[in-house]
Amino acid sequence: MANTKTSVRASGSLALLDALVKENVDTIFGYPGGAIMPIYDALYDHTQKLNHILVRHEQGAIHAADGYARVSGKTGVVFATSGPAATNLVTGIANAMIDSIPIVCIVGQVYAQLLGTDAFQETDILNITSPITKWNYQVTDPSEIPDVVAKAFYIAGSGRPGPVLIDITKNAQIDEFDYTGYQPVNYIRSYRPKPIVRPEYIEQAAQLINGAKRPFVLYGQGIILGNAEKEFQEFVNKSGIPSAWTLLGKGVLPTKHPLNVGMLGMHGNYAPNVLTNECDVLIAVGMRFDDRITGRLDKYAKQAKIIHLDIDPSEIDKNVKTEVSVWGDVKETLPLLTQLVEKKTHSEWLKQFKELNQKEYDVIIKPEMHPTEGEITMGEVMAVINELTQGEAVYVSDVGQHQMVVCRYAEQNHTRSNVTSGGLGTMGFGLPAAIGAHYAAPHRTVFAFMGDGGAQMNIQELGTILQYGAKVKIIVLNNNYLGMVRQWQQLFNDSRYSFTDIKSPDFAKVAEAYNIKGQRVFDRADLKPAIEAMLAHPETYLLEIKVRKDDNVFPMVPQGKGVSEIVLRAEDI
Amino acid sequence: MQKIEHTLTIYTENQIGLASKIAGLFSRRKINLECLNISPSEIEKIFRFTLVVIESEAVMKNLVRQLEKLVDVFIVYSNTNEEIIWQKMALFKVPTQNIIKNAKVERLLREFGANTVVIRDDYTIFETVGQDSDINKLLKELDKYGLIEFVKSSRIAIIKNSEGIHKKVMDMEKNHPIPDPIVNEYLDKKNLIFDL
Ligand SMILES: Cc1ncc(C[n+]2csc(CCOP(=O)(O)OP(=O)(O)O)c2C)c(N)n1
Repeated sequence: MANTKTSVRASGSLALLDALVKENVDTIFGYPGGAIMPIYDALYDHTQKLNHILVRHEQGAIHAADGYARVSGKTGVVFATSGPAATNLVTGIANAMIDSIPIVCIVGQVYAQLLGTDAFQETDILNITSPITKWNYQVTDPSEIPDVVAKAFYIAGSGRPGPVLIDITKNAQIDEFDYTGYQPVNYIRSYRPKPIVRPEYIEQAAQLINGAKRPFVLYGQGIILGNAEKEFQEFVNKSGIPSAWTLLGKGVLPTKHPLNVGMLGMHGNYAPNVLTNECDVLIAVGMRFDDRITGRLDKYAKQAKIIHLDIDPSEIDKNVKTEVSVWGDVKETLPLLTQLVEKKTHSEWLKQFKELNQKEYDVIIKPEMHPTEGEITMGEVMAVINELTQGEAVYVSDVGQHQMVVCRYAEQNHTRSNVTSGGLGTMGFGLPAAIGAHYAAPHRTVFAFMGDGGAQMNIQELGTILQYGAKVKIIVLNNNYLGMVRQWQQLFNDSRYSFTDIKSPDFAKVAEAYNIKGQRVFDRADLKPAIEAMLAHPETYLLEIKVRKDDNVFPMVPQGKGVSEIVLRAEDI
Repeated sequence: MQKIEHTLTIYTENQIGLASKIAGLFSRRKINLECLNISPSEIEKIFRFTLVVIESEAVMKNLVRQLEKLVDVFIVYSNTNEEIIWQKMALFKVPTQNIIKNAKVERLLREFGANTVVIRDDYTIFETVGQDSDINKLLKELDKYGLIEFVKSSRIAIIKNSEGIHKKVMDMEKNHPIPDPIVNEYLDKKNLIFDL
């Protein structure tokens, strides 16, 4: 049989790198080792096209790829060797899975003939990652590589995105085969990335919306993942409906958009939580009714008719029963809905949000963001950041109290500018994710906010910065506690502070050892000048800010309570 | 909500590791698999999993969607016992001596529609096909004749009103790259099936 395609002899490693170039990959985060050496050897000749960042721990690589993907909208790529390196990726893969972030992980594996023999650095990474990947596959023959990589990129980035893992045995990296070129994939016969749009349900949804007196929109990261920010803004602007965001939906509407009524959830704003239980029609767009958003389900929006727009059918009716389900890609469904909704303003209803949010402002936000005495608060740090960055930066946060403060208070003009670990709540995410964010947006200011606990969970990545010069503005908000856990201990465990008291090094000195400029701030008077100095410095900078030890994040929907039982003060719990 | 037997029929690609991936969706929800069968289907290279679980309708609906989300899964059906024809197979090993001595055994076997598979000096193997109640009855009877060994297969089932997936797969391939075969069939009858 005549072969119409011309082929060249190529190793599996070369075919892999060619595939990455053809997929427009520009940055790889990785760490070499025995079972992936052939790929690294091939990479040695391809660093012009593929910028490889050597991290200091594989967890750093996967979080960096995650941050890169969130900010760039592209698929992140990770290299790691077999065994301990592959297992070091596990937390980050789980993090990407639960937050629907597209990442392709390439991991080395022992020679095919050694599989199952407990060979040196052999782990069954396919089985380990099976529940936390959208798809995974083991390659034992080099000729499989082009197709498998094409499938991996297609699966990771299409539909509801997610991480995929390709496990490549060492022989498949070394052996040569007849390579006929890379062909991207946009179809897999058993895979349905998005459901058919059914216009009748969009009509039903529009009818409900048009008849509503107190409609309320909840928006999530689905809009960002679907690149549908513009379509969403058009829908909101025309329908005039007050809209609140989930932690990961932040930025779809600018902070100052008149219909942006704030953040949902356990530490979200007062008004959107309370009024969730007073609206008559609830329109959920690209969000999944996580338990941190809904609080107690049997007290959640029981009075409302619920419309749910989502690309993933398994999310619909999973936690909250909907009246009208609009399956599909929001990029397609939102414009159809916008056409059918009437142009309205809901000024009376919007006023209710403003009034309740004013109450929160008086009781919580103002004293937190503009204190005049006592030690520095996390909120006032954000006030200064807002003043100096005017919502233009990328705000990456770790996990804990400071994460809630950053997400609540950072003003943000743009989408893909709030990077935080939502579903998994992974401490140690912040610093590597910020490094990834820098490579996605090298000309923007990237902040990494961390607590004194999380700061030490992947602090080794300062070494990555040392070597490659990623520009990250690191702010350690040091309250000398594992603050969020301490808060719960105070509120729910009679202030029995069991192992939440944490001693930390002088972070500025640690930074100095990595050749990173840094400073510590203790006094209010020094705060703004210090942040100005940090922003003026052209390179990475670490600022450790000593903040109040015993501050709590409020408002709060206590666990097991309904959203409208949100409290403004500890005394109300 | 009441928990009843549901038979899941899952059509999949032939993919290593898929069985454990599917099983994992159940174990992480602490749902027991009563039985699991993997077989070829009417289409070459497409496999058919048949699983039985005892769960409520609401849980089943969620499970079906989670299963359909797996990249290598084509389509999933969940059916109650009324909607399917199902069978199991059983093998019994009995000492040949005991059977020869007993004329009743032969009548018994005929009654249960059991067949002889192997006859040796030391033992005889019978097989029967049926539902659990029939098989269990025969088991109880044969136990009286010194049953040496017994094994029962997993359930296999045919859905009464299904055309298989031959047409679906052909359509999916013809319509490359999409339109999409997910139709929100549940939406039209959601009140029947959803209850928190
Ligand atoms: C990897 C990991 N381990 C433990 C936790 C539990 N946890 C959640 S918040 C928190 C405290 C974080 O403390 P710190 O980093 O100092 O931030 P703060 O809350 O004080 O702002 C802990 C331990 C977690 N989310 N992730």
